[in-house]
Amino acid sequence: MFQQMTTVTIMNLAHLGSRVGTCLVVVVGIGGVVAVLLGLLAMSNGFRTALMETAKPDRGLILRNGSNQEMVGWVSNEEFGVISAYAGFAILSPEIYVTINVPKLASGLAADVVGRGVSDSAFDLRKEVVIVEGRKFRPGTGEIIVGSGAVGQYRGLALGDVVMVRNAALVVVGHFTAGGTSVESEIWMDLAVSQDIFRRTGGSSVVRVKLLDATTADAIDAQLRSDPRLTATLVMEEVFFAGMAQARAGLIETFAYLIASIMALGSVVAALNTMYTAVGKRSLEIATLRALGFRPMCIVMSVVIEAMLLALAGALLGAGIVYVAFDGLTAATLNGSGSQTVFAFKLSFEMLVTGCVWALLLGLVGGSLPALRAARLPITQALRGG
Amino acid sequence: MSQLDDQVSIRDTLNLKKVLIECQNLTHTYKRGGETLTVLSDLNLTIRQGDFVALMGPSGSGKTTLLNLLGGLDRVSSGVVRIQGVALDQLSESTLADWRAQTVGFIFQFYNLLPMLSALGNVELPLLLTKLNSKERRHRAQTALTIVGLTDRTKHKPSELSGGQQQRVAIARALVADPELLVCDEPTGDLDRDTADEILALLKMLNQQYGKTIVMVTHDPKAAEYASTLLHMDKGVLLSLRT
Repeated sequence: MFQQMTTVTIMNLAHLGSRVGTCLVVVVGIGGVVAVLLGLLAMSNGFRTALMETAKPDRGLILRNGSNQEMVGWVSNEEFGVISAYAGFAILSPEIYVTINVPKLASGLAADVVGRGVSDSAFDLRKEVVIVEGRKFRPGTGEIIVGSGAVGQYRGLALGDVVMVRNAALVVVGHFTAGGTSVESEIWMDLAVSQDIFRRTGGSSVVRVKLLDATTADAIDAQLRSDPRLTATLVMEEVFFAGMAQARAGLIETFAYLIASIMALGSVVAALNTMYTAVGKRSLEIATLRALGFRPMCIVMSVVIEAMLLALAGALLGAGIVYVAFDGLTAATLNGSGSQTVFAFKLSFEMLVTGCVWALLLGLVGGSLPALRAARLPITQALRGG
Repeated sequence: MSQLDDQVSIRDTLNLKKVLIECQNLTHTYKRGGETLTVLSDLNLTIRQGDFVALMGPSGSGKTTLLNLLGGLDRVSSGVVRIQGVALDQLSESTLADWRAQTVGFIFQFYNLLPMLSALGNVELPLLLTKLNSKERRHRAQTALTIVGLTDRTKHKPSELSGGQQQRVAIARALVADPELLVCDEPTGDLDRDTADEILALLKMLNQQYGKTIVMVTHDPKAAEYASTLLHMDKGVLLSLRT
């Protein structure tokens, strides 16, 4: 049976040259489906990675109780004083979190970039932040430093450029990297200056912390929640960014599968058409083989295998397009808190497998019906030419 | 019983050869539009091992239908076709496919060779349905090609062969699994006179030297002369038999 199937499959494949056009319809159609699917999944994965790589197990955020975003958080100076007296923190970094309107490099349209007012403790907390061009801002001045992701995505963020924010002229004096994390999408400035510009004197949006021992996180959170002087909670970075990633990346993934499913319907029709044509052209040969004693199931399997191989070729084409055109390409999207996060499309082996599985399923559906038709057509009718 | 049935029975009584094919009350109909057409009507026929039978008759007389039924390519509407005692209507599709592979060799008017395979590859095809290994298959396919006189064309594709050579390849393919019965549908219909005579002589040789039972549909009276038995059909009925 296997030998019969192999022979008929090889015979089918040997015929491919005589119907390049129709085969390309399947390959390109399914390739398109896989390219769209993998492109969107790579976007989702890149976004998720950018956020998750930002998270460190011993770092967390102290947010106002009930708030799950830095943007709407508030920790007053008095509360910060109480928190500072707690045992268990290695570093405490009060930070102002705002958005700054900057035109996008490609379109020129304004987008919100995260602006973060920080003190020196922010650099102690995030050792991954490294100045790669220019220098650090000087405390008390209107100087800013810009993450490398933001530099590549927005206009007017080169060294020496001036960014106007609420009548304040902020000068770019440095560029920094942060190990490929979402921090690279941000603009940093002095904490006191940001409090002044954004009228947030008297407190901060969030207190970023590094714990002496990550296992004490739950105990500290419970202590914060029960402290009558505070309305604060501790959220560890891994939890915070996972939630943010899930909200946005999950939406992208849902969109990816929805669009790919719609496209898949079209490509299945194309595959069906191609395979019906292929089977029609070979109906005499198939009938001859059946007359010689080849079993109908072997004919079915050979046609299905051919359709699946064409689909697999489409999957590789689609994956190749995504890899060449998108893998590593940086882009920016809303991060769930209303500002933009820069990320790189990231294609993974698992996604390639997903793309191939999709393609093979499409090939299976597209090949099965024509195969069954070929196997059911009476031999005598097929020998007369269908 | 008709006069023709009497003739067949008399010949059967005198003939000591084993019966290979038995058709009893064979009727075959098919539907076209809302109409049921009768292609074969209550046909009785016995063919013995080693016979070379030519089936003649006008187009639409039912001779190809009869050939398809004898070869197990189609199912009877009523009646029985028995080959070597096996009632074909009792076999499932897959068993019938296996039976065809073992018992029948087909020779078609337009050869029906697979264009992407060499002559040797085409001849080897039926052997893929056997348990022979690759070396044995190749050896047997080469032997079959030698019998039909195509030793020097084994690697040629069908498109590189003449019509006569292609039909020889088809005959080798029909022969290679050593079937009891060869069914030939207008085997010389696409060939010139000389080539047709060569093919018919080859079939005759297979019949006489190798004992193959041959049932051949033909329109060509000269082709029919090579057969040992001539059956005339019209409108689904056997009209005459000449031995």
